[in-house]
Amino acid sequence: MSITQFLFYFLTVLALFSAVMVVVSKNPVHSVLWLIAVFFAISGHYILLNAQFLAIVNLIVYAGAIMVLFLFVIMLMNLNASAEPQKNNWLKLAGVIAGGCFLMVLVSLVKQANELNNIAVTMGTGEIGLIKNLGKALFNDFVVPFEISSVLFLSAMVGAVVIGKKA
Amino acid sequence: MTLLAVDWLLIIEKLVLIAIIVFASLGIALYTTFAERKVAAVLQDRPGPNRAGPFGLLQPFADGLKLIMKEEIIPTSSNKALFVLGPGLAMTAALMTCSVIPWSSHIEIFDRKIDLQIADINIGILYIFGVVSMGVYGMMIGGWASNNKFSLMAALRGASQAISYELAMGLSLIAVLMLSGSLSLKTIVDGQMAAGSYWNIVYQPLGFIIFFVCALAECNRTPFDLPEAENELNFGYHQEYSSMKLGFYLFSEYINMIMSSAVMASLYFGGFDIPFLDESTLAPNIAAIIGVAALLTKIAIFIFVFMWIRWTVPRFRYDQLMNLGWKTMIPLALFNMLVTGALILLKAGV
Repeated sequence: MSITQFLFYFLTVLALFSAVMVVVSKNPVHSVLWLIAVFFAISGHYILLNAQFLAIVNLIVYAGAIMVLFLFVIMLMNLNASAEPQKNNWLKLAGVIAGGCFLMVLVSLVKQANELNNIAVTMGTGEIGLIKNLGKALFNDFVVPFEISSVLFLSAMVGAVVIGKKA
Repeated sequence: MTLLAVDWLLIIEKLVLIAIIVFASLGIALYTTFAERKVAAVLQDRPGPNRAGPFGLLQPFADGLKLIMKEEIIPTSSNKALFVLGPGLAMTAALMTCSVIPWSSHIEIFDRKIDLQIADINIGILYIFGVVSMGVYGMMIGGWASNNKFSLMAALRGASQAISYELAMGLSLIAVLMLSGSLSLKTIVDGQMAAGSYWNIVYQPLGFIIFFVCALAECNRTPFDLPEAENELNFGYHQEYSSMKLGFYLFSEYINMIMSSAVMASLYFGGFDIPFLDESTLAPNIAAIIGVAALLTKIAIFIFVFMWIRWTVPRFRYDQLMNLGWKTMIPLALFNMLVTGALILLKAGV
């Protein structure tokens, strides 16, 4: 087992375990913290795929900014284990079955997709995740969608300021 | 055993480097607390700590011993796991920054070239941003887990302050990145060291001022120490902490200060560059040692300025802090970015 494989299995186990803990945790704050652990593990996967830029942006944007807002909301609403409504056991069972079916559909989809067949993921070789290549692709091939999405962000920002001023 | 197919010498080299840098940062942080009290004393015209050892030089050890000896109290209604996790996270995030800072060029031991930088990654600055945004969690988790209204208030203040100033900080950095064309701190420092080029401060005075103000806010230093405003929030987000857990929080603040000084020195003041001296004429080992000394001097000067500001400028009000961040710093940083971009294009003759 090479060191890359070892890291891959370690990160995968960490990601799956943390993802399960997000769902299982009774305390919403714990759930958020486990979700941050998931983001860390996924960023590790990005680095294994030689996409350092994506990895760090994933950390800055999701783990660093969005999750802080999640924590803000949960802390201010003072949600905790005792405030969590008790769910019926049958409801939980139904949820498990529904989730399991969805997982099966997803797995079969991935397994049968033509694009994904006969393609082995090679670790640490891709170049597109590096900031130089990503920048070139974004500003040459995809410049119009990129600019449109930036206008979208700007309008969202202006909207937030306007709403904030009204209150 | 293909699992062991790694360069063990490299791993040992890096581990030694990490150990040296971490312990050195802790040692410097120890004496930064002492310097803080001495600077305060000088500015307030009093002698300051002078009892423990010659000139009071053993004072930080006395303080540390006192903190360790104090009773460890975990409030009964707190969230115990997170209460313990908080200070640890704050400390880890503070120390993690040191891994991408180029402390000097390289030294040669037994024909082996050793770079005095733990990791020269091609996204160095973004890495620092990632770590800084992790630092918020130490504060938030600690403040929330204490189950105290004042702690929670302080934690929320601190987190929103950090997020607000991170934006302006990032925007002011973009101008530096446009100048140097790289995200790697090593490349940025090398660009400033090259013959015929000046330090980035010459090209980016406004950008540096914005970055410096934001660094003050990120480190929760006066005039932006709102999360620790004693007269409003008792003691701030570490209200319920005692013993070494409190020590970790206080200590991580000093380490943050050292690291942000090191980042500022690398980005704007040539890192380990010595002004008016051509390092390439010296033997590599001597140049490396002089380089470390130069960087540490720059860091010391920055830390002194941090303290000078702390003991001269009064604290901002919270709405003033937010106004300054969003309505002054961000527009200024955007303006700086536009001007820099325009000048670069003009110089390139497009």
